[in-house]
Amino acid sequence: MPVINVEDLTDKDKALMEVNQLKVEVKLERWLTSKCCEEIKDYIQAGVEEDTLVKGIAEDKNPFKEKGGCVIC
Amino acid sequence: MGEMEQLRKEADALKDQITAARKAVQDTTLEEAAAGVAVVGRVQMKTRKTLRGHLAKIYAMHWATDSKLCVSASQDGKLIVWDSITTNKVNAIPLKSSWVMTCAYAPSGNLVACGGLDNMCSIYNLKGKDGNVKVMRELAAHTGYLSCCRFISDTEIITSSGDCTCILWDIETGTQKTSFAGHQGDCMSLAVSPDFSYFISGACDFTAKLWDIRDGNCRQTFAGHESDINAIGFFPNGQAVITGSDDATCKLYDLRADQELITYQDSSIMCGVTSLAPSLSGRLILAGYDDFNVNIWDSLKAERVGALAGHDNRVSCIGVSADGMACCTGSWDSFLKIWN
Repeated sequence: MPVINVEDLTDKDKALMEVNQLKVEVKLERWLTSKCCEEIKDYIQAGVEEDTLVKGIAEDKNPFKEKGGCVIC
Repeated sequence: MGEMEQLRKEADALKDQITAARKAVQDTTLEEAAAGVAVVGRVQMKTRKTLRGHLAKIYAMHWATDSKLCVSASQDGKLIVWDSITTNKVNAIPLKSSWVMTCAYAPSGNLVACGGLDNMCSIYNLKGKDGNVKVMRELAAHTGYLSCCRFISDTEIITSSGDCTCILWDIETGTQKTSFAGHQGDCMSLAVSPDFSYFISGACDFTAKLWDIRDGNCRQTFAGHESDINAIGFFPNGQAVITGSDDATCKLYDLRADQELITYQDSSIMCGVTSLAPSLSGRLILAGYDDFNVNIWDSLKAERVGALAGHDNRVSCIGVSADGMACCTGSWDSFLKIWN
């Protein structure tokens, strides 16, 4: 696996690296944004009911509930 | 034409091609796609616990995978492992260097790591035989500060640095496995994909990069921010990336469309984003800002639906527990708060 010491690279090395990287990225197969948005919406819809920070939680089910009061048994 | 000039022209031409390719698949925006979805109701969370004990600014925190323990790092020179439910300190680990900027909890719960201006990532074993927590490894090779670290397992960790690179380390041998170079500015933050095959880095060159952990290659680069990216995270489905920047905005980029889907911004917010975390379902994005607040965004509607106000100084770090039950904020005011 390559180990690169950035300090050894010249400006020309860096410019070449950037061009080579862009040549890789230009070939990417891209999905339609409509498909991606649908997937995000579906993922959220599927999980939102169980999402405590969205739905809230009953005091007696909250593991972080503040300790309070005294109980005399 | 000089060689540099030629390379610059070539880079610009390729960037134009990429911009065109992205536009070609942009048949809708997230705003349009979510037009029929109602804004989430006002989110009001309360501070349930305050974790007191640090004596100076807190720079980082990370939840353990059990959603109960968490680790925090402060420039008082300590790493503290907390039981967030009882607020007890499970471990208080003195550091060799107090200039710590990041900390991480291994998924197994056996190790924690930290690093900062010492340019090193120090690994601590929490489960040593005699009960004492000791330095297990010091990973040294970065030539700049350690901004972030995240464990892949007990034997591998990824670090990001002010030297513009990220490194995948073999913890057992203490050596570099792979170096990830390509950013043209300090790397400020990193996040690992839920399936541990990719990681993303955010940097002071205003871009985020997606890296393949095994082959060391950069797969994608996301631009659009107008200043340093300080915070980065994966959207819970692992197919999108959320970034937070000094330009006062957060952005959501989709990996498969290879582009930004939405920006979370408000004209009244003019200070930088320091930290961010999505809620369990991804519906909320909690973002910490330089103005001491945390804003809660509806991720689909890009509307602010709540805020966490309670710290007396910058919120430097934020994390949502793995089971999504609580959010933890850490601040320069030296306190951590647990909210839900």
